[in-house]
Amino acid sequence: MAITINGTAYSPPQDARVSLLDLLRERLGLSGTKKGCDQGACGACTVLVDGERILSCLTLAVQVDGRAVTTIEGLSEDGALHPLQQAFIVHDGFQCGYCTPGQICSAIGMAAEVRRGVPSVVTADLGADAPVLSDDELRERMSGNLCRCGAYNGIIDAIRETYATEAAE
Amino acid sequence: MTPFTFARAGDTAEALRQGERAGTKYLGGGTNLVDLMREQIEAPTALVDVTGLSSGIEETGGGGLLIGAATRNTAVAEHRLIRTRYPLLARAILAGASGQIRNMATVAGNMLQRTRCAYFYDEAARCNKRAPGVGCDAIDGFNRMHAILGASPACVATHPSDMCVALAAIGATVHLQGAGGARTLPFTDLHRLPEGRPDIETLLEPGELITGVELPALPFAVRSTYRKVRDRSSYAFALVSVAAAVDLAEDGTVREARLALGGVAHKPWRAFRAEAALIGAQPSENAFRAAAEAALEGAAPLADNAFKIELAKRTITAVLAELTGVSA
Ligand SMILES: Cc1cc2nc3c(=O)[nH]c(=O)nc-3n(C[C@H](O)[C@H](O)[C@H](O)COP(=O)(O)OP(=O)(O)OC[C@H]3O[C@@H](n4cnc5c(N)ncnc54)[C@H](O)[C@@H]3O)c2cc1C
Ligand code: FES
Ligand code: FES
Repeated sequence: MAITINGTAYSPPQDARVSLLDLLRERLGLSGTKKGCDQGACGACTVLVDGERILSCLTLAVQVDGRAVTTIEGLSEDGALHPLQQAFIVHDGFQCGYCTPGQICSAIGMAAEVRRGVPSVVTADLGADAPVLSDDELRERMSGNLCRCGAYNGIIDAIRETYATEAAE
Repeated sequence: MTPFTFARAGDTAEALRQGERAGTKYLGGGTNLVDLMREQIEAPTALVDVTGLSSGIEETGGGGLLIGAATRNTAVAEHRLIRTRYPLLARAILAGASGQIRNMATVAGNMLQRTRCAYFYDEAARCNKRAPGVGCDAIDGFNRMHAILGASPACVATHPSDMCVALAAIGATVHLQGAGGARTLPFTDLHRLPEGRPDIETLLEPGELITGVELPALPFAVRSTYRKVRDRSSYAFALVSVAAAVDLAEDGTVREARLALGGVAHKPWRAFRAEAALIGAQPSENAFRAAAEAALEGAAPLADNAFKIELAKRTITAVLAELTGVSA
């Protein structure tokens, strides 16, 4: 089998100890995905696996054999930034930028969860089909991504503009 | 990390065959096990990925649900029947970890996650869970996060799961499969209290596989919730948490109640005494406070965590008031 990363197939590492994060950064040179804590506590390493957001630091690369991984490097199309990437620039969604790839991958996965009707702990009506993306909802759903620069307001503005508009359509 | 082999189990029989071998551990999402392996606290020589095994949610006859062991935490919380029939379970799961971790974590892995006691993680500290018999540095250390109920002189660690608190309140049943065949355990019996052997955390036999968890029909759980009190409003473990469901009779008195606590003990803590105290009570702040007193009877604080006793009482009272529309 193979791990598909941003559309290209790679064979899984021989050594089962290699995390998906280390495979990406150290072996494939895809250094956009960041290592913050390496223990699941910061979200900097967030990538999408078959469209779902996960932490690559707590994933063994062999676990995603046969699946499709999308990293920050795989988001632009024909050289054009993903709309959320553009929105992060417009809204100053970062200072140092270290948490940004994880924030963006996480928000893309989060938006897919919302479309599917996944509730959050701040959703008042668990029976509702379509959660309303209030700022409280956005902050709760993005709480797995820490930003030590504290760019949270810009991050939320960028995500709100990209996805709350989508929800309204 | 110690080197290990990795294999995916195609079916339960294959998983059990591989799981029988010494040094083998089953792998769910890996969110706890991979971390503990990196810290050298766990050092299996073989991992068997069991996420390809049962991952569905099925209705059982009579209004219950059977959740496959490999079902991801997100998939449980988003399932319509869980959200509508067992809101306390959906809310407990959603109160735990982060969106990313819930997408990875499995139901069985969540049940068997190990304590977050800092001394358990710290190789330089003494910990009877890591090295039975060496002593416990938490008892006289920084123990703000530690147990107030059911602890022993050997261990004061808490079980960190949110989901498990709801499963205890619901009165779920765990389905197991081992070399000796299949069996079930009441969920509240799955985890042990530490006593003299805090390293033995559950009643699972070596190599035994969790195949699922069954929720009994509990119609009154439509009136249920989960409240988690923590140091920051999200992405933090519980100081204290409460899962509760209340059934009110026609005359407004409590016909039946379910109550379980998290963050207070070595296992998800079902508050049977408090449940009994609630039966027949007219909902009121006083009645709920009395039940809360019953729940915390025998609580023994450590140097830093006496606050948890009052916090648990107030949280219980507030949750019961919320569920019954009493203003507290
Ligand atoms: C930063 C961070 C914050 C967190 N915050 C919270 C929180 O607030 N609340 C909370 O509840 N949890 C929290 N967690 C813990 C998280 O919920 C658990 O790590 C997760 O549920 C474990 O599930 P898993 O499938 O990844 O288990 P794994 O790590 O794969 O496995 C855990 C254990 O279960 C065993 N196992 C797995 N499947 C089976 C099976 N079918 N049969 C027998 N044994 C099996 C494994 O051998 C291992 O011993 C947090 C974790 C992190 C990293
Ligand atoms: S590097 Fe993965 S969560 Fe911090
Ligand atoms: S921009 Fe620096 S950590 Fe978020």
